[in-house]
Amino acid sequence: MMKKLVMSVSLAALMLAAAPLATPTFAQDIKQGGAMIVTFKDDISTLDPAIGYDWKNWSMIKSVFDGLLDYKPGTTEIIPDLAESYDVSKDGLTYTFKLRHGVKFHNGREMKAADVKYSLERTCNPDTQSPGAGYYGAIKGFDDFQKSKKDLAGITTPDDYTVKIELAHPDATMLHLMALNFSFVVPKEEVEKLGPDFGKHPVGTGAFKVSEWTSGQKIVFERNKDYYNKGLPHLDQITFEIGQEPVVALLRLQKGEIDIAGDGIPPAKYVEVTQDPANKDLVTIVDQLQTGYVSMNVTMPPFDKVEVRQAVNMAINKDRIVKLINNRAVPANQPLPPAMPGYDKSYKGYAYDPDGAKALLAKAGLSDGFTTELYVQNVDPNPRIAQAIQQDLAKIGIKAELKSLDQGNVIAAGGKKDGAPMIWSGGMAWIADFPDPSNFYTAILGCGGAVDGGWNWAWYCNKDLDARADQANAMTDPAQADARATAWGKIFTDLMKDAPWAPVFNEKAITIHSKRVAGPNGVFADPIHIPVNYDEVYATDAQ
Amino acid sequence: MGYILRRLIQSLLILIGVSIITFAILFALPNDPARQVAGRTASPSQVEDVRHQLGLDLPLPAQYARYIAKLAHGDLGRSYIQRTQVSELIGARLPASLLLMLGAIVCELLIGLTIGTVAALRRNTGFDQGAMVGALFFVSMPQFLVGYALLYVFGAWLGWLPLSGYGSFRHLILPALTLGLLGGGWYARMMRSSTIEVLRQDYVRTARAKGLSRARIVLVHVVPNGLLPIIAMIGLDIGYFMSGIVVVESVFGWPGIGQLTWQAINQIDIPIIMGVTLVAACAIVLGNLLADLVAPLIDPRIKLK
Repeated sequence: MMKKLVMSVSLAALMLAAAPLATPTFAQDIKQGGAMIVTFKDDISTLDPAIGYDWKNWSMIKSVFDGLLDYKPGTTEIIPDLAESYDVSKDGLTYTFKLRHGVKFHNGREMKAADVKYSLERTCNPDTQSPGAGYYGAIKGFDDFQKSKKDLAGITTPDDYTVKIELAHPDATMLHLMALNFSFVVPKEEVEKLGPDFGKHPVGTGAFKVSEWTSGQKIVFERNKDYYNKGLPHLDQITFEIGQEPVVALLRLQKGEIDIAGDGIPPAKYVEVTQDPANKDLVTIVDQLQTGYVSMNVTMPPFDKVEVRQAVNMAINKDRIVKLINNRAVPANQPLPPAMPGYDKSYKGYAYDPDGAKALLAKAGLSDGFTTELYVQNVDPNPRIAQAIQQDLAKIGIKAELKSLDQGNVIAAGGKKDGAPMIWSGGMAWIADFPDPSNFYTAILGCGGAVDGGWNWAWYCNKDLDARADQANAMTDPAQADARATAWGKIFTDLMKDAPWAPVFNEKAITIHSKRVAGPNGVFADPIHIPVNYDEVYATDAQ
Repeated sequence: MGYILRRLIQSLLILIGVSIITFAILFALPNDPARQVAGRTASPSQVEDVRHQLGLDLPLPAQYARYIAKLAHGDLGRSYIQRTQVSELIGARLPASLLLMLGAIVCELLIGLTIGTVAALRRNTGFDQGAMVGALFFVSMPQFLVGYALLYVFGAWLGWLPLSGYGSFRHLILPALTLGLLGGGWYARMMRSSTIEVLRQDYVRTARAKGLSRARIVLVHVVPNGLLPIIAMIGLDIGYFMSGIVVVESVFGWPGIGQLTWQAINQIDIPIIMGVTLVAACAIVLGNLLADLVAPLIDPRIKLK
C-alpha cells in the first residue's frame, strides 16, 4: 500500500514537471478565460430555481442564481453566499441573515432584502407549483400563506440588508434549506415580465448569465463580469449542447470535440473506458447521496413479521449485485449513504447468511417459504438486479415473481397501501436534495410518507422513531451538529432492527472530462454539483 | 370539386377522431400529472391544489371541451417537465425535422430511382440480383442499427462527417441517408417492377421500332411512366418518416420533433406526447390528402371520383 502511494506521488510530481503551465497549485493563481462544451442527451428543462428539480438543471441553476447560503466547493459544509453572515436564536426559532451590499442581478439592479422575501414567498405560493414548497413548512404562517397567497408572516425585512425568518417550530435543516435552489433569489420585475417563461430567460445574481438558448440545441452561459465573488467563475463561456446520445458524446470527447460528457459513461463502455490508463486522470468516481434498497410493505403479510424482513436482508448477496453493475456502487447496510452526516461506520447490518435467513423464516412459521411479488422499474440494469435478488430469495424458499413495469406504475403501486409487497428502488431511488440525514427519513420512512400516493413504500410507521426524528430536528444549535448527526445515525440503525428496507448498495456517479478542463477542490467529485461545479472549473489552455 | 370537398370533410373527421385519441393518452398513461408537477415534498392537499390548477379535477367532457377550446387557439398546453408552451417546443424543432425529411426524400428518390431503373434494364444480371438483395437488406434493417453503423464508419472511423449535431449540410448527410435508405430500398424494388411493366408496353415497343435512341426511350418514355406509382407513395412516406425520425434524430442528435417525442415518452411528459401525436397525425392526414389531390395532375388517367 505504502509503495503504491509513493509511486503515485512521484508520478504526480513527474506530471507536474512535464506540464507546469497546466496545473496552477493555488486557487488564486487560476487565470480567468477559456471556454468549455458540455453535452447532455435530453433537453434542459426550466432554469427557474423555484421549479427546476432534476440532476442536470440543478447545478446549472446554482451557477445562474445564488442563495443566502451555499456549500464550500467540494464539500457539504455550509458557507455564507448572498448573506454575509447569519445568526440563529437560542430557541432555534429565529434566523437573521445580513445581506452582502452591492450584489447586482444580471439586469443591473441591486439585490435587496425584499427580493429574498419575494423569492421565498414565490416558492411557497401554490400558484408557482414549486416541487420544493413542502420543504419550507416550518416557516411561521406557511399554512395561512398557502391559502391567502399574501404575505408570508414569518419572513420580515427590518431593513434593505436584513432578512429575518421566524419558524413555527425548530427545524435544524433550515440552513440547508437556505442553500437549496428553491430559496434562490430572483428579481420580481423580471419574473412578472416573463411569467411562466422566466425559466427560459433566467435572470439571477450568479456567476454566469444565460446568453443564448436555442430549444433542443444549445444553451450558452456567459461569464457575469459583475459577479460579486471576484475571481469567479474561471471560464468565460460554457456551451451546453443538447440531444447527444451518451455513446456519441463519449466518442466526441475522445476526439477532443467536447469537454464533459454530461450523462457520464454509458454502462456498456464503462469497463473499457475506466480501465484505459490514458483516462486515469480524466475519470472521476463520485459518491452519491443515494441508496438503492428493497422496500418491504410491513402492512402486507407475511412482511408484517419482522423475522421475514430480516431474513430478506440476510438472503440478498449484495457483493454479487455490485459486481453485476461493474462495481459502480458499494454494498449498503443502512439507509444512509456513506457520504451523509450520521452514517454509522461501526454498524455491521445484516451479513449475507442464507442459512440464518432460512432459520428466521422457520421461526416465523414459514419454513416452506412463500410466494410474493417484487416490483421493479423496467429499465436496465434494474430488471437484471431484480433477477439476482429473485435468485437469492429463491435459495431461502421465497418465490418472488418479478413485476417489471415502467416507473410511473411502480411508483403508483408503492404509494397504494396494498399495492406492492416488495419494490426494488433502482431507477427511482431516493437521492438526497441536501446533505442532511433527515432528508432520508421524513418522506420515505416516516409516518408522514406512509399515505396514499406517498413515498414510504414500506408503509413503515414507528411513532417512537418519528418522535426521535422531531427531537433531532429541533437540535438547531450549530454546536450540536455532531450530536444531531449521531442521533440521526442511531435512528436509522435502530430502524434497521425492524428492517422495513433491505439496503442493497450506494451508487457512484462517474464523470469523464477532457484534458482541456481542470479544477481545484475536487471539482469533478463535488457532492452537491453533478457533473461539475461550473463556477470552479477552469480551462488549462487559458493558464 | 365534390371529390375534394368530400376528402376534406373526411380528413376533418379523422382529425377529430385523432383529437379524441390524443386526449385519451392523458388517461391511458400510468402517471399522475398533479403529483409529477407538485413534486415529492408536496402534501396531499398541495397535490390537490395543483390538480385543480391543471383542470384535472373537472369531469371528462368538460376537460375535453377545455382541451378543444385551447386547441382552437393553437394552444397545445404547457409541458409538465420543461414548463414551456408545447407549441413553442414543437415550433422550434419543426424546421429541423422538415429539413431532415426533405433530405430523406431526396436520398430515397436518388437511391430508389437510379437503382430500380438500372436493375430493371439489366434484369436478371448480377447487378439486378445484388441490388435487390441490398434493397431488401435496408428495408429490413432497424434504423438505429443502420444509423450507428454509418456513424461509426463515416464519423468515428474515417472521420469524413461530423459525429452528430445540426447546422450544416455535412451534418445532414448521415441522418438523411439513414432515414432515406429504408424508403430507398422500397422504391428500388417498386421502380424496378414498374419499369419492367412499362418496358413491356406497346408504346415502348413502338418507340424502339421507330429507331429512337435507347437513352431517349428510357429517359422520356420509361422513367416518367415508371415513376407514377412512386409519386403517389411519397405522400404516404410522411407516416413512415414520423416514426423514423424518432429513432434517427435520437441517434444523430438531430434537434427535431422526433427527439422531443422520445424524450417526452421517457419522462412521461404528457402534454408534449399529446401535442406531437396531434401534429404527426395532421401531417399524415395532410400528406395523404396532398397525394390524392396531386396524383390526377401528374397522371391524367387518374380521375377525381
